[in-house]
Amino acid sequence: MELITPGLGLIFWMALPFLILLLILKKFAWKPILKALKDRETSIHEALHAADRAKEEMKQLQFSNEELLRQAKEERDAILSDARKVRDAIIEESKEQAKEEGYRIIASAKESIENEKMAAMTDLKNQLAALSLEIATKILEHELADPKKQEAFVNQQMDKIHFN
Amino acid sequence: MFVNLQSGIQQVVLSMIRMQNVRFLSYSFLFFLTFLCASITEVTASENRHASEKVSSDTTFLHDEDLIVEQEFNAGKMIMEHVVDNHEWHIATVGHAHITIPLPVILLYDGKVYAFWSSKFHNDTHSYKGFILEHGKIRAVTESAKTVYDFSITKTVLAILFSCFLLMWIFISVANRYKRNPKSAPKGIQSLLEPLIIFIRDDIAKSSIGEKKYEKYMPYLLTLFFFIFLNNLLGIIPIFPGGANVTGNIAVTMVMAVFTLILTTINGNKHYWVDIVNTPGVPWWLKIPIPLMPVVEIIGIITKPFVLMVRLFANMAAGHIIVLGFVSLIFIFGSISAALGYGVSIVSVAFIVFMDLLEILVAFIQAYVFTLLSALYFGLATIETEHH
Repeated sequence: MELITPGLGLIFWMALPFLILLLILKKFAWKPILKALKDRETSIHEALHAADRAKEEMKQLQFSNEELLRQAKEERDAILSDARKVRDAIIEESKEQAKEEGYRIIASAKESIENEKMAAMTDLKNQLAALSLEIATKILEHELADPKKQEAFVNQQMDKIHFN
Repeated sequence: MFVNLQSGIQQVVLSMIRMQNVRFLSYSFLFFLTFLCASITEVTASENRHASEKVSSDTTFLHDEDLIVEQEFNAGKMIMEHVVDNHEWHIATVGHAHITIPLPVILLYDGKVYAFWSSKFHNDTHSYKGFILEHGKIRAVTESAKTVYDFSITKTVLAILFSCFLLMWIFISVANRYKRNPKSAPKGIQSLLEPLIIFIRDDIAKSSIGEKKYEKYMPYLLTLFFFIFLNNLLGIIPIFPGGANVTGNIAVTMVMAVFTLILTTINGNKHYWVDIVNTPGVPWWLKIPIPLMPVVEIIGIITKPFVLMVRLFANMAAGHIIVLGFVSLIFIFGSISAALGYGVSIVSVAFIVFMDLLEILVAFIQAYVFTLLSALYFGLATIETEHH
């Protein structure tokens, strides 16, 4: 029967130390322990969160890097193709110019050749005339060295001239 | 509930493995060793005592008048003496000498306080200052209507005080470590206790009371759990300062149950009391002419802590009784023949070791159940009205 009869003294001696234990542990043990656990958990949680955020940012950064790279490539391609076009245009233009120049040069050359030719021909003609005159002079000198012959010739010429 | 428990045990085991704390393993090994040795010590001590009793009964001329000699071994009496509270702490009997720790007797009688050592009562018939200790109870020699209020520091009280100091020492030193190195990984005893504290916080308090209000009850739940757990474990160790049947004492469990009742009652919100007076989901005729349901609910307020009280008390007392029963078997058979006694002792010791191992599990489960149910009652008392 004693086993299931709670004794008054024991109730008192259980309640009092238990209450004191509860108060002391609450103040000096449970509060710091629970606070430390909570702090540690929040710091771990925050660290994990921060790591996640950093990862996300890295991803974003990588993405934007790729975007930038892509844009740069596109720009480069555009610039290159523009340059190519400009180059082609320049080449084309200069070709045209060169051609024209060539034609012009050729034309002027032709003209000058013609001029030269004409000059040469004139010169030749003049020289030929001079030479002919000289030759004729020499021949005439030679032919008409004898006064008889001069007379004969004049007569001959006279004969040819028909007076009316 | 069982899943919770399993996951809790798993957590503990996993954390042990994870920490790979050699020191922790050696602690637990030492603990096991101590308690195995101790349970064997108890058996042999009782054996010795019995043997000495045998001897003394044979050689009657040695008897002192004060020395009580049991002629026959009475298992029931022996078990009861061990399970209930006592005014002295008996450790062992060597020959005729009882090694006991006398404890202070404090009595309140007729408006006066009497204080003296329990050793002043030499036996059941020897009176001191007009009081007599009879079958573990102190009463006045002169029959009178006045009752003797016994506020003695008994075996159980001493064990309670001892466990309180042990708990303070353990947890304040652990708390200091938390204060010193708040961000570092737990070390030593801290790594054993941290999973338990987190288990109580997450699987008991948070899941039963709710995220918002659990913090208020944490100190009580933690104190409750560790007080019960430590005393359950100390109860398994048969030698001083363990071995007192603290949690198997109905006064102790009653105080804890009453604390839970008080906390539930003072924290009960409007919803809680309305549900008691006007129980929802019950036909009106159970409430209106005769308030049957309210009466049942009000009885329920009392039965909940009553069940808490009885469950813990019965489990722990039963564990002690079974172990003592196995010890008694040795002497019962031993009184038939010495050889039979030795033969049975092998079987008994094996069973005692098995029971003690089981009691370690029970020590945890009962502490867990008491804490969980207290938390559930707090949770029920503070539940928020759900507006749909």
